[in-house]
Amino acid sequence: MARENFTGIFLALAALGLTVGGGLAAGQSHRIVIKAASYDPAQVRVHIGDQIEWDNQDIVAHTATVANKAWEVVMGPGRSGRIVAQSPGRFDYICRYHPNMKGEIIVEP
Amino acid sequence: MTRLHIALLSAGLCLASQSVFAQAPAKPTDPQIAHIAYTAGQIDIQVAEMALKNSKNKDVRAFANDMIRDHKAVNEKALALVKKLNVKPEDNDTSRSLMQQAQAKQKELSALKGAAFDKAYAQNEVAYHQQVNAALQSTLIPSATNGELKDLLSTGLKIFQGHQQHAEHLVTQLPSSSSSLR
Repeated sequence: MARENFTGIFLALAALGLTVGGGLAAGQSHRIVIKAASYDPAQVRVHIGDQIEWDNQDIVAHTATVANKAWEVVMGPGRSGRIVAQSPGRFDYICRYHPNMKGEIIVEP
Repeated sequence: MTRLHIALLSAGLCLASQSVFAQAPAKPTDPQIAHIAYTAGQIDIQVAEMALKNSKNKDVRAFANDMIRDHKAVNEKALALVKKLNVKPEDNDTSRSLMQQAQAKQKELSALKGAAFDKAYAQNEVAYHQQVNAALQSTLIPSATNGELKDLLSTGLKIFQGHQQHAEHLVTQLPSSSSSLR
């Protein structure tokens, strides 16, 4: 499956607790499926170093955009994107195109 | 155009949408539903294209691009589905009225410029999606007999509810003075 390219915003995100791209993840992988304009599961509990991957199986593009807009993953239909958890916290996110889509990532030490 | 005119225009656009769906048959057939849903998407694409021609506001233009991308994607799926099901979308009073109202709306919007256009476009997007979503929820989805058509309409509804929220947010971002009654 094709991946989005997030290299351009990698450095900006590294200090914000979650890293987009996730190529160096050493922890577990958590998959969130996007279908019918919903994140499934809507909440994931992960540990630092874990990778979170969104798999957009929907017919339109979606994003995973954290509430403070510090990071964003953009995925066209049939594409996926990843981040790696780097610091603890709760991260509420939405789809910027469809703000009725809501998800949450809880990062534990 | 005065503030009063713009406010009345916005109200008129809302009423126009309501009246169109009020004419929908109590239980439309699948071919009629397919035509209504496709037409509703095409209308939003046309208005979004108008916004791209008329607006310089980056948020309005981004929203318009989102509408074009999403409605094209949903309509392409709808066309593929009706082809697969060998269903011929059937023109009907509701889709004809939708198109007539859309032409009237586009004419009204074309008389506006700058911030007044942006506000009226965003407000119309809220009203239009409200009406289309209400029609999907109350009439079109419950009336659809084919499971795949029902699923596509249900997915479309969630996507369009997202558009409605996005449009509501856009309205709050735009200057309010040009469309208020004062």
